[in-house]
Amino acid sequence: MSALLQVRGLSHHYGRRIGCENVSFDLHPGELLCIVGESGSGKSTLLNTVAAQLTPTAGAVHYHQKNGDWLDLGALSEADRRRLAREEWGFVTQNPRDGLRLNVSAGANVAERLMALGQRDYGRLRDIARGWLERVEIDPARIDDAPTGFSGGMQQRLQIARTLVTQPRLVFMDEPTAGLDVSVQARILDLLRRLVNELGLAAIMVTHDLAVARLLAARTIVMQGGHVVESGLTDQILDDPQHAYTQLLVSSVLTT
Amino acid sequence: MSSTYNSNAYNFGFLDENTKRMLRRALLKAVAIPGYQVPFGSREMPLPYGWGTGGIQVTAALLGPNDVLKVIDQGADDTTNAVNIRRFFGRVAGVATTERTADASVIQTRHRIPETPLREDQLLVFQVPEPEPLRTLEPREAETRTMHALADYGLMHVKLYEDIAQYGHIATSYDYPVMVDGRFLTSPSPIPKFDNPKLDRSPALMLFGAGREKRLYAIPPYTRVESLAFDDHPFEIQRWEHRCAICNAGDSYLDEVVVDDRGTRMFVCSDTDYCSQRSDNAATEEAA
Amino acid sequence: MYVAVKGGERAIARSLELLAEARRGDTAVPELELVQIRQQLRLGVARVMQEGSLYDEELAALAIRQAAGDLQEAIFLLRAYRTTLPRFGYTEPLTTQAMRVRRRVSGTFKDIPGGQVLGPTYDYTQRLLEFGPSIQNETVEADEPLAASMPRVLDLLDAEALIERIDPGSDPEPTDLTRDPLMFPADRATRLQNLARGDEGFLLGMAYSTQRGYAESHPFAGEIRMGEVDVLICPEELGFTIEIGEITLTECQMINQFHGGNGVPPQFTRGYGLTMGEGERKAMAMALVDRSLRCDELGEAAYAPAQNQEFVLSHSDNVEASGFVQHLKLPHYVDFQAELSLLRTLSAQQRKASAGQEALS
Repeated sequence: MSALLQVRGLSHHYGRRIGCENVSFDLHPGELLCIVGESGSGKSTLLNTVAAQLTPTAGAVHYHQKNGDWLDLGALSEADRRRLAREEWGFVTQNPRDGLRLNVSAGANVAERLMALGQRDYGRLRDIARGWLERVEIDPARIDDAPTGFSGGMQQRLQIARTLVTQPRLVFMDEPTAGLDVSVQARILDLLRRLVNELGLAAIMVTHDLAVARLLAARTIVMQGGHVVESGLTDQILDDPQHAYTQLLVSSVLTT
Repeated sequence: MSSTYNSNAYNFGFLDENTKRMLRRALLKAVAIPGYQVPFGSREMPLPYGWGTGGIQVTAALLGPNDVLKVIDQGADDTTNAVNIRRFFGRVAGVATTERTADASVIQTRHRIPETPLREDQLLVFQVPEPEPLRTLEPREAETRTMHALADYGLMHVKLYEDIAQYGHIATSYDYPVMVDGRFLTSPSPIPKFDNPKLDRSPALMLFGAGREKRLYAIPPYTRVESLAFDDHPFEIQRWEHRCAICNAGDSYLDEVVVDDRGTRMFVCSDTDYCSQRSDNAATEEAA
Repeated sequence: MYVAVKGGERAIARSLELLAEARRGDTAVPELELVQIRQQLRLGVARVMQEGSLYDEELAALAIRQAAGDLQEAIFLLRAYRTTLPRFGYTEPLTTQAMRVRRRVSGTFKDIPGGQVLGPTYDYTQRLLEFGPSIQNETVEADEPLAASMPRVLDLLDAEALIERIDPGSDPEPTDLTRDPLMFPADRATRLQNLARGDEGFLLGMAYSTQRGYAESHPFAGEIRMGEVDVLICPEELGFTIEIGEITLTECQMINQFHGGNGVPPQFTRGYGLTMGEGERKAMAMALVDRSLRCDELGEAAYAPAQNQEFVLSHSDNVEASGFVQHLKLPHYVDFQAELSLLRTLSAQQRKASAGQEALS
């Protein structure tokens, strides 16, 4: 099967400091890839550079569009970037407050992307929004409540509903569970695993937590100091880490 | 009409000819891209910003010595700001003025569209305080310009959605946003939504001037203008249980007037010309 | 019977009469002469010229008298007149280095070549109201003449490469904000032009906010100088520059600490302020705001109002602000009526809903 995303020799530098350096990988439709590393390892920089939020210093990212054409994300116009973000991609931020509109109701948050795509039937928008609230385990009766009154976990689930409502082909997630209590994290990870399977999404998720990668990702990339030190099948990496840094990460997970 | 120049040494219509040319070029661009806000070199007029400096510049750029000018504010010819703008053009252009909609070739307005249907040979000039319909939702100019460029208007519908969720209907009563020619989201200026249908496929050219914000835009004759709505919550205009207490009109926008200190109210046409034409006609018919 | 809101024309005429009467006051008291305003209210004249963007003391004095001392109204009058003036040409850039200095202070060095010169300043008055007639001019012996040309303090730092160098050739051709609309993002030349026309009070508040933690600017007053500068033009038909007069200017160069970022090494950076006439407070405020608006260029975290160019530049102009704030006193009957009907509908809905709930309980 043909790849959805091809990343080749991708680097992003902040002045003289390396953000990420010479990264290459392919992402296939329906695949969830985790980028694992400590804070400062360059994993978020890599995610943002792949998602065309940061300009690459070197290298290229090609994206296979819905219409079958390949798009060079380095040469992407602002118009195309926004169109992709609206029609084919989704973003889930670490802090749900960055991804939600806090001053409008939960229902409007879920319906916004549909309205941006031209959906103009209020009743139908409500039905879809209720359906999605239910899907992410939020009581549909809260459709008209503002997300400011929601718990952190609920806000994150609302952000997931808001992002997935248009069934994007590719979702970028930056530590979606990092700010939450462990019990809340488990629930969201479980939810994500279910939705990714149901919808057949391709996703790239950044996490510092190897347990998250084990739960969700078929493949994992391990980063240190802006470089990829190891990549491959998640199980293989976790069971038989080759690089000293990965061994350290795995052992620290196992001992805690 | 020959009194083109007047005693106080200003050019006809106050603005110098080069400035008028600049304005006309910007207006041509506005007409060519219906609903698009054209940035222009707004001049500092001898009237305060927010009091119609944009409309005045558009009118000044278009007035010729043979034009007949009508100025209304809130639908009325005799409100102080309308009087003041009419006085201004009387002083710097010396053109004929009128209160009759049918007799005017140029009508400058604040907050209303006349009830009397306009014709192809008439120009309607709107004073616009805030040309950007997205401003209250997104304060950054660089961002709203991008949203227009990409026709990225989901945010506007979020607002309308919220209205319905909260109040059961869209709770915007004036300056109700429209899509012009299916492309640009546009502010109709703070006219009541009652007037929005008059924008659609109007035979008269409609020009909008925002002096403080330095933007011009236009709705050319016979352009499709749709008020935003949802399929199952269509656009509706205001309706009254009353008729005009003076001319008995049942189809015009009514002002509520408090007539005594016990809170007694009456409703009368906001369009004073429309009201007096109807009253005069009724009186003539009665006499006949 | 309904009395229409008629009589606008008559009302305006009467209002103008009352205004003229109020402005003039008791006719037994002689009217202020323009020369008195120019000479004895010179700082007011300077502010009106500066924010009115027109260097003409006589017209500024006329505007102040006509506006009964309301400087913002006077600025408005001068601006409205200025629009109608033809442009004969553009001056050469002013050389403040060659200023005939009357005041010059630095907060960064104790002694500077050319010396610190207090000049005419309110700084060290004791702010005691001086009752009785103002002190009559006694002839005071003139000071020693100051050096004909004083080096700028910042050039001393520049020689050591401790302060950023800005190549004047790298500046884009400035746009004329009175002819072209302000567009975002605005380059520094455009920002400075906007600030120069901006309201002193607004800039002062913005500048103050940068000192209180809303943006980190770490400023030092490198040099403030005030004096006269020649104005040169180069008419096309002549092909060489000629001097057409001199104007008074106040210039402030702020020095700001900078730890490096966005590819720029650690060094001092500059904030610049310039006003026509004596306008030290405005020039200093302008320099602080100029510096805080350079946050993007220098890769500084932008979170404060004074770092947000759309916020600062869109709201700095007092003619725009005054007009729009005060336009609220114009009639809004039509829109208010629309809101009134809407509110009635909403409250009827709510009454119905709560009645329904009561019936249920």
